Amino acid sequence: MRTVRAQDVTQAVCEMCQEANLTLTQDMQQALRDAAAKEESALGKRVLGQLEENLRIAEEECIPICQDTGMAVLFVTLGQEVYVDGSLEDALQEGVRRGYVEGYLRKSVVGDPLLRVNTKDNTPAVIYYEVVPGDVLEISFEPKGAGSENMSRVFMLKPAQGAEGVKDAIVQAAIDAGPNACPPMVLGVGIGGTFEKSALLAKKALLREAGSHSPLPHIAAMEEEVLERINRSGIGPGGLGGTVTALAVNIETYATHIACLPVAVNICCHATRHRTRRL
Amino acid sequence: MEITEKKIRFPMTEQEARTLRAGDYVYISGNVYVARDAAHARMQEALDRGDALPFDVKDNAVYYMGPSPARPGQVIGSAGPTTAGRMDKYAPRLIELGLRAMLGKGRRTDEVKEAARRCGCVYLATVGGAGALIAKCIKSSRVIAYEELGAEAVLEMTVEDLPAVVVLDCVGGDLYETEPAKYAR
Repeated sequence: MRTVRAQDVTQAVCEMCQEANLTLTQDMQQALRDAAAKEESALGKRVLGQLEENLRIAEEECIPICQDTGMAVLFVTLGQEVYVDGSLEDALQEGVRRGYVEGYLRKSVVGDPLLRVNTKDNTPAVIYYEVVPGDVLEISFEPKGAGSENMSRVFMLKPAQGAEGVKDAIVQAAIDAGPNACPPMVLGVGIGGTFEKSALLAKKALLREAGSHSPLPHIAAMEEEVLERINRSGIGPGGLGGTVTALAVNIETYATHIACLPVAVNICCHATRHRTRRL
Repeated sequence: MEITEKKIRFPMTEQEARTLRAGDYVYISGNVYVARDAAHARMQEALDRGDALPFDVKDNAVYYMGPSPARPGQVIGSAGPTTAGRMDKYAPRLIELGLRAMLGKGRRTDEVKEAARRCGCVYLATVGGAGALIAKCIKSSRVIAYEELGAEAVLEMTVEDLPAVVVLDCVGGDLYETEPAKYAR
């Protein structure tokens, strides 16, 4: 067994909350620069220029990239040979609490979805655990903003609708999201599994490096085709018209039932923020 | 599209608002009030009771926004727009009371568009997710109501050259409809 201290887990999460909200990963920064070079609309180019300027100010002056610093989503990969010397769940939640309070990040969580009283420290985080062989402990943090989250969809398609039905559903979700989702957007897509499995795959797909493709050739081809179709919609940066509406379409798949074809589309804005660490 | 730039200031007369056109790139200065979901719900309750609103909406601009906390020495934290559509339920009533402009991002309902055209109110989009850049245009900010709502409290801000684009004007222009259509292929 390998022992990991709970306090180290807390510290790592605390740091990731702040880093992810102040700077985008290099691949996302590059995707935005590439978008600015490709955009044909003058207004769209101006919006993308503002986004680049925004990233510079955020980093230099420690102002979050977006005021919606999200609900904290954590993906934890826990090796069966790892022993944490305390409650892992408590250590993760404490990391989020400290990260948001110490980092001057916005507290956007209400404790009950109907009573709607703010918890004042952005907890609880949404945490998913995956238990694997070995002694790895990997934590990914994804602050998820609501503007784009609210435009996300799950489609329970019929198997007969096939690949064409899947592509149409993803494109439709992006078009319906339009200016509300702060384009250029990133789409995390989950195909297969069950109702909730597809949504979980979609959320996890947002962690992928921008510009990377599925190792499955038919899925990689679908990612490219759907991205191109979304960019032909004309929605453009900020929804103000243009040729860059999405930066990436990341599709993850899983086995499914003979009667099912679930497709979940988790939409994220241009500030697709995340960090991953191994402890 | 040729970009027309204009400098505008709030409070603003109805007459001036009616000269703005969808697609105008504006730099906003002056006084702007901030309110989002929970504050709008409370303002509606106040109107239902016959009470005064926390600020006079006549000729003024409301910014749909909930900032992140300011660090020591900063005026405000990140301060980009939130999705305006969530305020659609409340907006027509404020527009009828003389609200001159709404700042936010995202699509609006036909009811909001109709009220805005009729009463001389414009909808301006600030760039979603550019909260740090927008923060630099905010020169002062203070809570004037519902402090207990935290990030959803009502703020009175002074802004200088805050960039935005006119999406809905008073003559039926809707940039979210017309401009994307030019690039659709």
